[in-house]
Amino acid sequence: MDLFNIFIKSAFIENLVLAYFLGMCSYLAVSKSVKTAFGLGLAVIFVLGITMPINWLISEYLLSETGFFGVDLTFLRLILFIAVIASMVQLVEMIIEKQSPSLYNSLGIFLPLITVNCAILGGSLFMVSREYNLAESVSYGLGGGFGWFLAIIAIAAIREKIRYSNVPAPLRGLGIAFLITGLMGIAFMSLMGIDPAAFMEAS
Amino acid sequence: MAETTAVQAPEVKKKEPVFGKKERKLLTDPLDDNNPITVQVLGICSALAVTTLVLPSLVMSVAVMFVLAFSNLLTSLLRNSIPKQVRMIVQLIIIATLVTVVELTLKAFSFDVYKKLSVFIGLIITNCIIMGRLEAYAMANKPWRSFLDGIGNGLGYGAILVMVAVIREIFGKGSLFAGSALEMKMIGASAEYWIDTTQSTFFGWYAPNNLMVLSPAALLIMGVMIWVQRSRNTKLIDIS
Repeated sequence: MDLFNIFIKSAFIENLVLAYFLGMCSYLAVSKSVKTAFGLGLAVIFVLGITMPINWLISEYLLSETGFFGVDLTFLRLILFIAVIASMVQLVEMIIEKQSPSLYNSLGIFLPLITVNCAILGGSLFMVSREYNLAESVSYGLGGGFGWFLAIIAIAAIREKIRYSNVPAPLRGLGIAFLITGLMGIAFMSLMGIDPAAFMEAS
Repeated sequence: MAETTAVQAPEVKKKEPVFGKKERKLLTDPLDDNNPITVQVLGICSALAVTTLVLPSLVMSVAVMFVLAFSNLLTSLLRNSIPKQVRMIVQLIIIATLVTVVELTLKAFSFDVYKKLSVFIGLIITNCIIMGRLEAYAMANKPWRSFLDGIGNGLGYGAILVMVAVIREIFGKGSLFAGSALEMKMIGASAEYWIDTTQSTFFGWYAPNNLMVLSPAALLIMGVMIWVQRSRNTKLIDIS
């Protein structure tokens, strides 16, 4: 399967947020304005794009039976993946703090929470279970991150617009965001199972 | 009783009460005013994943409460000796250790439940409630209070989880407490169910709804729950 297909598939058809509901917490909490959503989305693309190949190398050369130690160490997978993700997020946090303090302040607690953004650990686990190779895992990471980015931009834009409509007061903000995400999720379910490769051959 | 403590008060005045008003607030606040799911927006992913049945949600809530309370306690004890740059890794190691403890305990004492829940228990590591409370509370507060904060937030999380699970299980599967000794069959098209939808005039139109089993249903239910909570508790309404 070529790399472009994997990118398209992970960004649109198997979107991490809207099809698998991973990374919901920061998606709902940081989507009040498009600007912050944009920053967080870029950070997620970066972290996914970096951690995916590193985790691929770890699971291929350290944890597998044919790897460096010659023993099956897959039970350590979860802890090692999390450690890689945590150190990458810490790196991103330090970069953002230095480059753009205003973005750093508006992201608040949700920057360290990228570590426990299940989209990132989930992406790494999907990559292992789908047996991608190194190039494919980079493409999958970037595609998944791009899909997450698009989803959070979409909901942030909807929420900015909806501020001017007459939503019942108790539903304003978080409540309506939950309902919108639920409806978007139902819409995305109809895309599940489409194979872009077959589609390209047919057209 | 109040008079005797008042008499002794001068000696112990500087010492804070072990379980005073502030401590009780730590336990009750997360149930409504500061609920981890509906107000702080933490831990949504696992709430979507587990709530199709009531039993897994109950076990999950207890496990999360345990991990949350003890990771809060440990982090709070260590808070002054953790360098800022590596704090996430330290926190994650504490969480991962406690999750492993829960996993091995379940495996040793009730293997059946463990087999059903092993995936969900692993999910606790990426449950952002835990990391969120460590960052927001335990890194800046004393151990005993952090412990209570953990218990309180675990309760608030469990309350929402069980409420969503009850709705989803009844309307999606037509049962309640499936998989446990208490299993009840609620709504369905046979004589075994409490409400037989072929006989009942009121529920005659109803068949178990498959949408309720899918994750969007949990989002919709939680959206409505936030709506109800905020119309009762108008302080929480989002003004911006």
